[in-house]
Formats: sequence, C-alpha cells, structure tokens
Amino acid sequence: MWLENGLSWMKDTMTQAVIEAKGLNLVFQTADGPVHALKDVNLTINPGEFVSFIGPSGCGKTTFLRAIAALEHPTSGTLTVNGMTPDEARRKRAYGYVFQAAGLYPWRTIAGNIRLPLEIMGFSKAEMDQRVERVLDLVELSGFGKKFPWQLSGGMQQRASIARALAFDADILLMDEPFGALDEIVRDRLNEETLKLWARTGKTIGFVTHSIPEAVYLSTKIVVMSPRPGRITDIIESPLPKERPLEIRDSREFIEIAHRVREGLRAGHLDE
Amino acid sequence: MSKTKENLIAVFGGTGLVVGFWLLVKLDIPSPFHYAALCLAFVFQAAWVEATVGLRRPIWARLCRIEAPIYFGLMVLLLWEGLVRSLGVAPVILPAPSAIAAQIATSLPTLWTDFAQTILKGAIPGFLIGAGAAFVVAIAIDRSPFLQRGLLPIGNFVAALPIVGLAPILVMWFGFDWQSKAAVVVVMVFFPILVNIVAGLQASERMQADLMATWGASYWQTLWKLRLPAAMPFIFNGLKIASTLALIGAIVAEFFGSPVYGMGFRISTEVGRLGLDMVWAEIAVAALAGTALYGAVSLIERWVTFWHPSQRH
Repeated sequence: MWLENGLSWMKDTMTQAVIEAKGLNLVFQTADGPVHALKDVNLTINPGEFVSFIGPSGCGKTTFLRAIAALEHPTSGTLTVNGMTPDEARRKRAYGYVFQAAGLYPWRTIAGNIRLPLEIMGFSKAEMDQRVERVLDLVELSGFGKKFPWQLSGGMQQRASIARALAFDADILLMDEPFGALDEIVRDRLNEETLKLWARTGKTIGFVTHSIPEAVYLSTKIVVMSPRPGRITDIIESPLPKERPLEIRDSREFIEIAHRVREGLRAGHLDE
Repeated sequence: MSKTKENLIAVFGGTGLVVGFWLLVKLDIPSPFHYAALCLAFVFQAAWVEATVGLRRPIWARLCRIEAPIYFGLMVLLLWEGLVRSLGVAPVILPAPSAIAAQIATSLPTLWTDFAQTILKGAIPGFLIGAGAAFVVAIAIDRSPFLQRGLLPIGNFVAALPIVGLAPILVMWFGFDWQSKAAVVVVMVFFPILVNIVAGLQASERMQADLMATWGASYWQTLWKLRLPAAMPFIFNGLKIASTLALIGAIVAEFFGSPVYGMGFRISTEVGRLGLDMVWAEIAVAALAGTALYGAVSLIERWVTFWHPSQRH
C-alpha cells in the first residue's frame, strides 16, 4: 500500500520537476562560528534543462550542487531529486558528478576508470565493455581506453571524467566548474562538445561556473548567486535557441543576457 | 658522440674490468705494482661509467648500470684484502675477504642450515604474520574511532619496548625453536606496518571519496577500489622498513636461547670461540638475505604502485 502510493506519487513527480528546492538553508558550523552557506534558496529545475550557477566564490553555488548530490546536508527547508530525498536519489544512482579536477584513479586505465562506477553498480562484463566503448566515443576518446590518466592532457582527462559520469546513464549530470582549470581554447571546444552531448542525451544538467560567457553560452537557465549569506539574486531564462554555434557569443541577445548576469552579480556585491 | 669515441670508451672500460678481475685472482702478495695497476683499472672504469651516461647506444649505459656497483664492490674487497695483508691485521680483528670466502666455501651446509632456521623459519613467517595482523588491525582501527584511540597508543608502547628485553620473555613463552623467533619478528614489524597502513588509508583525496559516494559505493567497495590502492605507496614503505627489522629480530632473538643451529646462535658461539671467519661468513649471508628480502619487497612495490609518480620512469 505504502509502496503503491509512493510509486504513483513518483510517477506524478517524474513528469514535473527534476530538482526542487524550497526555503533551503544550509549552515556550516566552523571554528569561527556558523557560516550561512545557503539562505532561503527556492529553485525548480525541469527535465532536460541546462542550468548554470554563477557567482563569486563563497556564494554557495558548489554547496548547492553538493547538496543536490547528498554530499552536503541542508539545515532546513526541502530539497527533492526526482521526487526523492537527495540521499535516496544518490542510492538510486540518479546523477553523475563531474568535479573541477578529473579525479581519475592513476592505477586504472581510462577504460578502467570509466568501468569503475559500473563495477560498483554491478553491471555485467559485456554490458560494461559496451558502455565504456559508447561513452568513450561520445567524448571523442575512442582508442585511448588503454592509456593511463597521467599519459593524457588535462583536457582529455576531463573528457574522460565526463565519460565516467555518463557511463551509467543517470538522468542528471552535475558539473562543478569542470573546465575551470583548462585554458581558453580547450575550454571553448569542451563547451561546444558539452552542448552537443546535452542535445544528444537530453539529460538535465546542473553546471557551476565562474565565467559569464560560459554560463550564457551553455544554459537554458542561469541562476545568479551572491555570497554571505549564499543566496539566489536572479534567475534568467535564456531566450537563445537550442542550436548554438560559438559565433552566437557575438550576437546582441547574447550580450544582453551577459549584461543582465553581470548586473545581477554586481547587485549581489552592493548588498554587502 | 662519435662512434670511434664510443668504441674507445668501450675498450678502456673493458680493459679496466679485465685488469681488475685479473688482480683479484692474482693478488697473493700486494706490491706497489699491484696498487698502481689497481688504481689504473679503477680510473679506466670510472671514466667508462662517466662517459656512458647519455650514450647513443643504450646497451653500454645499461651494462654500466649493472656493472658499476659490482665493480665498486670489488674495489672495496680488493682494498680490504690489500690492507689486511700489508698491515698484517690479526684475523680476530678483521679477517681478509679471501679467508671469509674460504670459510663460506667449506661450511656451506652449516650456513644453509642456519639460513633455513633463521630466515626461512624465523624472519619470513614472522614478517608475513606481522604484516597480516597489522592489516587486520588497521582495518579494525579504520572502522572504529574507539579502537583508533585505544589501540594506536598501545601499539606505540609495544614498539617502544626494547627488543633485548622482549626476546627472552618470548623465548620463555614459545620455546627455543623458531616459533619464538617468529614471535619476536611479529612484534618488531607489526607497528611500523600498522602505522603506515593507517596513514595510507587516509591518503585518498576527498574528491575521490566523494565520487565513490555519488556512485552509492559501500564501505568495502570504497576500501577495495579506492582507499587500499591509494594506500599502497605508504604500505610498501612500512613493509620495506619491516623487512630489515625482521632480519635483525630473528638473529638477535637467537642470542637468548635457540637450538644448536641458526645464524644468531652461530654468531654468538663463534665469537666466544674466536672463530671470526665464521662470524663474518654469517654476516655475509645475513647481508645477502637482507638485500634479497628488501629487493623482493621493492620489486613487488614497483609492480603494484607503477602508477605512483615515484615509480614512473
């Protein structure tokens, strides 16, 4: 009975929000007293959206992403992922997470690294091999499966870590400044590839960044945040089309959105 | 470097090697001639070793890497032999290498019995049991903060116990045979290995642990697939330290009671009988065994932690 109710309720929510935060607060207890990392955050993310979180350091954007992934635990308010608590969603393997550094295990080959989450989740050997091949292809690393991480460039390592997050086909991809440590040219290329990947897979993506052009270029929704306490100051629905060549960054629309993001960031700073 | 130059260097080095070996064989009574030739051989050899670094043909360089330590070892032996003979040092103070070699050659069966008793039955089983116990305790400590607070200080305390005090007690408990020697070795190697495993298990990066969490990995999955591999460089540090301790423990423990064989027993009784040749023969065996044990651990380390920056070449 309880299970049936739960299932029908889940079906309802599946078609609705993927991630929903209501009145979310998160306070860290530190030696210098409590730090209000997130204050009264309300946000709804729908299936297939590409949502960027932008703001200066300390604004809680990474904390919010980590809270979605159940790596941090909110102090008050509600946060649901696919209608479940973040912890339940984590155990259901609802998301892939990409960190700022690739974080590949040096004792495993690229293919071995991508296979790791699959091993943990108990996929069959044939299924693992097939999935590894597929995601390597998806991030254009076919043929590099037998290399070790330290034999590849930083950009390739980061692509491998994205492949690893994609391997088990979670509906949600959470990316925490995945390209922050890479140079401009590699970054442009990976941004383009990320958009293509998103178009091909239809996943819901949460993306933390410092860069205004990156946020505007990638997102369907831009969440502008400000620090002390970490809070949302603006949510911008992007009018840009889904198909985005790199040149779109010179268009008037693009520049207008970037302007609005910058204003939002500045307003957040003036509040202090 | 030109080819002629390379060949010249090869000829020089070869000459040095041949002269060196010839002197080793011929050296009955050292004369100024012998020493002059020896020095010349050494200079040729050193020139070769220097010159082959960065050669085009890597065969010379590779040969040199194996040959250089052997050659230097021979030089030390030659110098030792020459000094002992020319200065007329009493064999009780320091026997000549040739005398030690003769002793080794005539007492091979005894040396083997002693080696089997002390190394194969005492040191190695003790080392393995100690390492295994350290591993189990390290996991227990990792699982329980209570044990971490309770067991580590006690382990520290046991490690601080002097081995010469502990060995007689363990001989009383476990008897004169190899069991008590293995027990001493267990006590000696346990703590350094334990501390290194515990430190190693903290070595994985937070981000890598977070990744495991996002995949919903269990404690044991995280342990096997992340934390233990990441701990391996630490664990092998502990094992290498313990490999030399094991040898010391097994030999010293025999000073406090043993059957009428074993390396420690032989050393202590032969010292009493002024049979210093035999003592040095046992020391040579112990040095070889220690090097082999350390080398074996290092080889396994190379194979297991090939990915670590210190092992990548």
